[in-house]
Amino acid sequence: MPEEHEDILEQVTTSEYKYGFVTAIEADEAPRGLSEDTVRFISAKKNEPEWLLEHRLKSFRQWLNMEEPQWPNVTYPKIDFQDIIYYSAPKQKIAPKSLDEIDPELRKTFEKLGISLDEQKRISGVAVDAVMDSISVATTFKDELSKVGVIFCSMSEAVQEHPELVKKYLGSVVPATDNYFSALNAAVFSDGSFCYIPKGVRCPMELSTYFRINAANTGQFERTLIVAEEGSYVSYLEGCTAPQRDENQLHAAVVELVAMEKAEIKYSTVQNWYPGDKEGKGGIYNFVTKRGICAGSHAKISWTQVETGSSVTWKYPSVILKGDYSIGEFYSVAVTNNYQQADTGTKMVHLGKNTRSRIVSKGISAGKSQNSYRGLVSVSKNADNARNFSQCDSMLLGDKCGAHTFPYIEVKNNTAIVEHEATTSKIGEDQIFYCNQRGMDTETAVALIINGFAKEVMNQLPMEFAVEAQKLLAISLEGSVG
Amino acid sequence: MLKIENLQARIEEKEILKGINLDIKPGEVHAIMGPNGSGKSTLASVLAGREAYEVTGGSADFLGKDLLEMAPEDRAKEGLFLAFQYPVEIPGVSTTNFIKTAVNEKRKYQGLEPLDAAQFLKTMKEKMQLVQINQSLLSRSLNEGFSGGEKKRNEIFQMAMLEPKLAILDETDSGLDIDALRIVANGVNQLRSKDNAFLVVTHYQRLLDYIVPDFVHVLYNGKIVRSGTKELALELEEKGYDFIKAELEAATV
Repeated sequence: MPEEHEDILEQVTTSEYKYGFVTAIEADEAPRGLSEDTVRFISAKKNEPEWLLEHRLKSFRQWLNMEEPQWPNVTYPKIDFQDIIYYSAPKQKIAPKSLDEIDPELRKTFEKLGISLDEQKRISGVAVDAVMDSISVATTFKDELSKVGVIFCSMSEAVQEHPELVKKYLGSVVPATDNYFSALNAAVFSDGSFCYIPKGVRCPMELSTYFRINAANTGQFERTLIVAEEGSYVSYLEGCTAPQRDENQLHAAVVELVAMEKAEIKYSTVQNWYPGDKEGKGGIYNFVTKRGICAGSHAKISWTQVETGSSVTWKYPSVILKGDYSIGEFYSVAVTNNYQQADTGTKMVHLGKNTRSRIVSKGISAGKSQNSYRGLVSVSKNADNARNFSQCDSMLLGDKCGAHTFPYIEVKNNTAIVEHEATTSKIGEDQIFYCNQRGMDTETAVALIINGFAKEVMNQLPMEFAVEAQKLLAISLEGSVG
Repeated sequence: MLKIENLQARIEEKEILKGINLDIKPGEVHAIMGPNGSGKSTLASVLAGREAYEVTGGSADFLGKDLLEMAPEDRAKEGLFLAFQYPVEIPGVSTTNFIKTAVNEKRKYQGLEPLDAAQFLKTMKEKMQLVQINQSLLSRSLNEGFSGGEKKRNEIFQMAMLEPKLAILDETDSGLDIDALRIVANGVNQLRSKDNAFLVVTHYQRLLDYIVPDFVHVLYNGKIVRSGTKELALELEEKGYDFIKAELEAATV
């Protein structure tokens, strides 16, 4: 009888990736391969100022001398960087001057993904920047936001319209030399979002960016920068999907957050890149560097991530707690199924006095997947009274998957209090039977139990996205209990 | 409502039920009594469809359908409810959310629209009275940190919400003090009607002082060895299970 149970669980895992379609749209692409010419091509396409081209070229030269990191607990075939297309922009017949003029194909694509580019139809309170492959297709509610002084636009536009801000902050939190993929990104980054919240402004709506990979053989290298001036507040959410393809595609993004004195940035991610098929074929390599700095006192940065997609994930949204009394938070649910691999966690770097950080990580592994939490809590010599609390819980569904925890703690100040708790559990047959007896099928039961396990993190998501994220968790895990 | 014939079941290689016959009609309350290890809880589990038990023979007809062929969730949705002896804990899932999911799964099966939040709350408030359970308990994670009495009351509360046709109470009295026992029994009594039936599995007679059965069956060594009315329970209470054992041994000699 237990085998039968497993069968049912096997069957429910057969759910298909919902966002695997491809949009048939002509694209304006860079020639395949990577060289200084590629970098110049991208920069020229975007009509960039000289200083930015120089920044790209410098980064590229540095990247050439760097090594791909080997320490993450993931394995994948060597990436052929010459076999990737670094720039692909969906061709629109006319350059859209307003939201009404967007190519219907593109509009349809985002409609299909549940993202309406029509401001009237949009749930009020959320502004969207829609990015496909290398460019931003549309940004909604720009006018309304600009009334309160909030700048929300694509990075390309920001380079043209607000070069002084971009120049000041780009690379200030994640320098090009930070790591192999951040250097690559600095050289070839295409588009992403730029948000600037002026002093004392509470951003009146959620800002969100929807990233879509469409073209084949391309890499996506988006770059996002959020600056929150003194006393301001912003909540930002990103979502990601990609077509179903047999080849792996590279996504190497960089996100930088800057929070000044008493500013707060809440950054949420629902990552659902194509995870590959059940045999582990295809899927996105998600190699991302995300970091925020609490530059002033009493600043707060909070990362919330729900990671269900990608075949390989390598991602550590971090906070540098420079300002005294600043706060860093990291809430994460990472789900891996089939042959997915995730090595994700955070770094909390305590530099200022009386800084606090909190880490809540929930890893759920199913199928033959490997799920690792990797985190660093560091307290520097001058960071008096720093506090950290970390909780890392893992749940295993089945006996062919793995859960790993790599917590690193470096404390150089003896007034620090650093706590770490970790648990590993399995969904019990008793729990499933109990749910069955109340009329729930096994699939519903697993979804319910998993959402309960991840609740502390899900509660951090903005309301508009929490329901969607709950469904996503259920879908990613269908049929994987044993 | 439920007609069981010659039901046999085992767990791993161990035969536990060795031919059970039982006929439960709407409006009836049947009590199953018996010493530890006689197969009482196994019977409850087999009827609910727990996978660890393998049915090796016999049949069970529930409202005209072959119960043993049905998945556990379908048995539930057809109207069979099991109040667990040891209710499980589900961290992070509030009791309210759990019950709402259960109620709406059943409604979906019946082709009904899910209850909206307001309707659900209204129903919940009514049923909460039955077992004197309060809102704050229902907001907490299902059974997590509940006392023994709270867990059992929560079972009866779920029963009230799901309105089953046949409810099996598996040693619901175990671990309850007299006050909690009274509350639980009172809840059950208020749910009794001519349309539903109860199968009360218990080791002790005292529960039957509060939930008065129409029939009492004694399970011993995987078989029903005596059936009678509530007086049989009193006789057992007085003489203990040994007298049944002695009788049976005498008969086989």
